Amino acid sequence: MKFTKRQAAKLLASAAFAASFAAPAFAQDDKTKIGFVYVGPVGDGGWTYEHNKGRLAVEEHFGDSVETVFVESVAEGPDSERVMTQMALDGADLIFTTSFGYMDPTINVAAKFPNVKFEHATGYKRADNVSTYSARFYEGRAIQGHIAGKMTKSNTVGYIGSYPIPEVIRGINSAFIHARKSNPDVQFKIVWAYTWFDPAKEADAAKVLIEQGADVILQHTDSTAPQAAAQEAGNVVTFGQASDMSQYAPFPRVSSIIDDWAPYYIARVQAVKDGTWTSTDTWDGIGAGMVGIGEISDAVPAEVKAEALALKASLADGSYHAFTGPLNKQDGSEFLAAGATADDGTLAGMNFYVEGIEGEIPQ
Amino acid sequence: MIALEKRPEPSRTFSLAAPLLAVLATMLFGGLLFALLGKDPLEAIRTIFWEPLFGEFAFFYRPQLLIKGAPLVLIAIGLSLGFKAGIWNIGAEGQYIMGALFGAGVGLAFYPMESVFIFPLMVLAGAFGGWIWAMIPAVLKVKFGTNEILVSLMLVYVAEQFLASMSLGLMKNPEGFGFPGSRNLQQYASAHNAELITGSGMHWGVVAAFIAVIFGYVLLARHRLGFAIRVTGDAPRAAAFSGVNPARLVLFCLGMSGLLAGLAGVFEVSGPAGQVTIDFNVGYGFTAIIVAFLGRLNPVGILLAGGLMALTYIGGDIAQSKLGLPAAAIQVFQGMLLFFLLAFDLFTNYRLRLGRTEVA
Repeated sequence: MKFTKRQAAKLLASAAFAASFAAPAFAQDDKTKIGFVYVGPVGDGGWTYEHNKGRLAVEEHFGDSVETVFVESVAEGPDSERVMTQMALDGADLIFTTSFGYMDPTINVAAKFPNVKFEHATGYKRADNVSTYSARFYEGRAIQGHIAGKMTKSNTVGYIGSYPIPEVIRGINSAFIHARKSNPDVQFKIVWAYTWFDPAKEADAAKVLIEQGADVILQHTDSTAPQAAAQEAGNVVTFGQASDMSQYAPFPRVSSIIDDWAPYYIARVQAVKDGTWTSTDTWDGIGAGMVGIGEISDAVPAEVKAEALALKASLADGSYHAFTGPLNKQDGSEFLAAGATADDGTLAGMNFYVEGIEGEIPQ
Repeated sequence: MIALEKRPEPSRTFSLAAPLLAVLATMLFGGLLFALLGKDPLEAIRTIFWEPLFGEFAFFYRPQLLIKGAPLVLIAIGLSLGFKAGIWNIGAEGQYIMGALFGAGVGLAFYPMESVFIFPLMVLAGAFGGWIWAMIPAVLKVKFGTNEILVSLMLVYVAEQFLASMSLGLMKNPEGFGFPGSRNLQQYASAHNAELITGSGMHWGVVAAFIAVIFGYVLLARHRLGFAIRVTGDAPRAAAFSGVNPARLVLFCLGMSGLLAGLAGVFEVSGPAGQVTIDFNVGYGFTAIIVAFLGRLNPVGILLAGGLMALTYIGGDIAQSKLGLPAAAIQVFQGMLLFFLLAFDLFTNYRLRLGRTEVA
């Protein structure tokens, strides 16, 4: 990388900036201070709710030897950069930034505070003091897809997408592959909500899908609004997203994907305490416990439940990969040869549908 | 008996005192809210209003006030011109987005060429983007008598779709592993709206905001066009008789507010935000409506109001982190500010009569 004069000057300036902060960061008591930046409200019942549960688990595990702080509903962009800087100034030793859009802000702030450790969820940019972590949600999608294929009577599964990014497309593909395996006639209808959390928009999306004949709804958005819409419709199956959403069990919510960040958060805080923290890239799934499958309710026939649990076991012990060939891309070209599995690089940047899904990824 | 009585003339004292009373009442009732949530109200108020300005890390927060306040002031100045004349541009958020897209589009088109002309071109493109987006409701209103409130508001959602499309398609970073969002303009020297003095928070958008305040003041107080705007708002019929061309006024007011919103957008995308992303817009265009009214549609008032709003945002985040106040409580607190302002505003034109009212 070549530095222009201006960039070099900026670098020097930020080093001076960092030096002026180093003192207050060290002049703390021996409590480890941990900051969390959330993209939604802690009461969203989904994504942020689970990160906050992870924070509470850290507090419970370490007791008085840690102090945690958080700021919720932080907009991605300059606001998040300010909030992170503020936490670092206030003496945080470790800061978890829990949304993809916090990526560049995290890298910027981390450069100014070399003594503070940062953990960015779902991103791909790392530095000496920035780790990334994410969960293999697509493993859970495979199980959802299997159940969805068996449960649908109209052969139409609705899918509420948030943003057409690799993370979400991967989930759609994984769910579709396994829905087709359990029901060759199944079709997916996909609606893009362009939000992670907006109960009104999510409810609208669910209603549109139900009107179009979907009797199973999968969602990659974080509120329980689609569950409520399904409950109102009466005969529509849903799955909890990010959180168990068990208040809608046993029906319409028949199972769920649960993000369990607690073990990871506790391990990373321990590493900071021990002085063994290093920059890493973690991508764990069902096997490591980062992705949980919520209880499959009695609304699901016993044999389907047994198949789903068998699938879960094979994903957990690694004997089966959710993307195993033969698989073609939507345009008919080969994606994976028979028996081949997708590598992490392909999965991380996935920007195509597999064969059989109708419609186009919005551009 | 309590009764409201119309004042023979609007009270000048109350017009000036209303914002101050509103802030005091907000502190009082906000403090009560915080106390009910089990937080020390004095500590909370102190954290929100004092900490960013005079606290331990004020050297960091003060520049942040400029960064957060500048787009609010820039947009609100433009809006206030129309609001004064009874022309309601509610879609500044969309014009802000389009300004950012036009500006960033020009910058990204030149990547990786380095030239001092790129940034000025981006600014011009951004101003044009905001202006052209505001001209849609303006021309529709002039030609077909459509309602500019509805058209400008609806165009916000159209602009958001453009923003999503650009983040996912045309402007997507080719080195971004398929993730949405453009290249970061902060890492492209020719397109970067950097701080003029490092650590000061002073970027070109802040400079533009101050210039806009002066421009707004001169226009309204000294210029014939400013007179036309004021008289149209106060007495439309009188304005028509005095030769004000209402169509031209609509085109000017909507165009100018769009232009300033577009400028705010391009300065933000090339500076503090750095990137075109799906969630680039965070509501500056809507908050600026509050700022315009909080500042009594007066340029200097808007400058102060923009600063105050920025303060509650920044102080609010500090209070969340330090005291564990929920974000919703901070939002209620900000809502109270507008609510009390409107309530006290009533007393500019009315006065309270206690006791018996005389029979007329």
